[in-house]
Amino acid sequence: MNILDKEKKLEALEAELERLDDEEAIQDIKIRIEDYKRKAMRDLSAWDRVLLARHKERPTAREVIDNVFNDFLELHGDRLYADDASIVGGIGEIEHQVVTVIGEQKGKTTEENIATNFGMPHPEGYRKALRLMRQANKFNRPIVTLIDTPGAFPGVGAESRGQSNAIAENLKSMSRFGVPIIPIVIGEGGSGGALAIGVGNQVYMLENSIYSILSPEGYASILWKDSSLAEEAAEAMKLTSYDLKELGIIDGIIAEPVGGAHRDKRSVYKAIKSMLVQSLAYLSQQSPFELRTSRYSKYRNMGFFQRFNYEHLKGVTT
Amino acid sequence: MRHELLKEAFEKKKTLKRKLKVYREKTAEKRAADVPEGLYEQCPSCKTNFIAEDIVKNLLVCPKCEHHIRVRAHDRMAMTLDEGSFIEKGLGYITLNPLFQDGYEQKLEKSKKTTGSDEAYMYGYGEIKGFPVVIGVLDSYFMMGSMGSVVGEKVVKSIEYALVKRLPLVMFIASGGARMQEGIYSLMQMAKTSAAVEKLAGQGLLFLSVLTHPTTGGVSASFASLGDVILAEQGALIGFAGPRVIKQTIKQSLPEGFQTAEFLKEKGMVDKVVHRHELKGTLEKLLRMHSGGRKR
Repeated sequence: MNILDKEKKLEALEAELERLDDEEAIQDIKIRIEDYKRKAMRDLSAWDRVLLARHKERPTAREVIDNVFNDFLELHGDRLYADDASIVGGIGEIEHQVVTVIGEQKGKTTEENIATNFGMPHPEGYRKALRLMRQANKFNRPIVTLIDTPGAFPGVGAESRGQSNAIAENLKSMSRFGVPIIPIVIGEGGSGGALAIGVGNQVYMLENSIYSILSPEGYASILWKDSSLAEEAAEAMKLTSYDLKELGIIDGIIAEPVGGAHRDKRSVYKAIKSMLVQSLAYLSQQSPFELRTSRYSKYRNMGFFQRFNYEHLKGVTT
Repeated sequence: MRHELLKEAFEKKKTLKRKLKVYREKTAEKRAADVPEGLYEQCPSCKTNFIAEDIVKNLLVCPKCEHHIRVRAHDRMAMTLDEGSFIEKGLGYITLNPLFQDGYEQKLEKSKKTTGSDEAYMYGYGEIKGFPVVIGVLDSYFMMGSMGSVVGEKVVKSIEYALVKRLPLVMFIASGGARMQEGIYSLMQMAKTSAAVEKLAGQGLLFLSVLTHPTTGGVSASFASLGDVILAEQGALIGFAGPRVIKQTIKQSLPEGFQTAEFLKEKGMVDKVVHRHELKGTLEKLLRMHSGGRKR
């Protein structure tokens, strides 16, 4: 039984609660709900978190922006080709500090999903992001990015306009900016498409979001030649926030209410806001040089391998 | 978890000592020379059989259909650099299995056996027609040249080596992308290598990137696309997503010649499409124009 089935059961219980008017029965069902939440909806498996990260009710980047930042002003276009709706970016205020916000936008309805291309940006989206980040760097504004994408879009147009070039330029430039960069994975962090706006001084993840090199389905079909093994793949890939914190890829986890972010959005916005304020206060103390070098060395040290110690190699020189 | 891995790695050291010796010998001699006479090799494109020696002499280009056969790292060094000028750097890296993926070690062992290399990337000092360079080659025969922790680290090391020695960097790319078995660590190598290229650019050093068949995925979306001059070998497949993935996503057939080197040149993504026979000459020209005619 995965989390979606559990959620249905919980919703059935809640619907029952609405129907009842007898005081005692209400108390009884409330206890049952709490009990169910505690017993069944904690300790989620990796696959449960994948399902939650892709949940259709999950707060999108735009919702987070509208509820966390004040006076958000959206800016459009990459000045080269087009405006990509799958990346939303602009300037906003948080606790009287102006920041540049860039997010990957998924839709909720079919029309929205077609407009935002299911949250899969084209090169022009990444170039828009880069343009806004350059602007932020110029005016010494911190950058907050919200990651929620299955990946960069693989299509004829995207390839013709240089998808890999756009991502590479972002990765390169983001290592150079002298302003704080704080990426937050709010849903799916899919591969290079996520990393293209995800190089930062402090990287955070919502508790039930995922961040991985490719989708569990893709992983299962490439390595095990069977995409139906996605559930097992999710477990093996170490893509949950707790796994990535342990591996040292991210700096912090933002707690979600039991059952996922969509069950109590306001508490999630509050948690994101308080974390951002804290993080901005800390990073604002650092000079541009410090921000740049600490970010560089953070990524420089990523990787897991062993180097042979030459002390043991007497007589063999390199 | 880390402790046990390190322990395991420590035991590997003993075997490595012996391996290193063999490895260095292999690097020193030209592999092209030890193809037995009369051995036939088939062109993977037009399926014609040729005497292996002829193809090797022709720089692994099919004499009939001009198909560029994929080149091993050792061969690439031999055909690009002046004889005897190559000094390999960055030896002794041990690839671990950080996420404990099944079958990863076996795959690594198999690749090590077939290529005689320890990892998919090889770099060092070399000279191209007298011009000193730092050269790095990705080997597509080693797990499809995929970038894991060790490849990422070695790429950064080669960039740092170029920085310290103040030499131009020439990189031959042939990679399917990130190494799936190392998961998120592989993804992070994209950020790591791109940041290192940025450092190189800040120092005013030349970075030539030569894209060969195939260049896709995480490698093409990081350091491979960041060269000051990007050359592409004739007919090479270059792109972000592989053709199969694109076909699945858009559910249409792809246009003729899509994602080839020529297609990318037409779209303005590479500087020049070069035949393998002219590659060394083009590199020399570029190096000369960036060095003020100085040879060592």
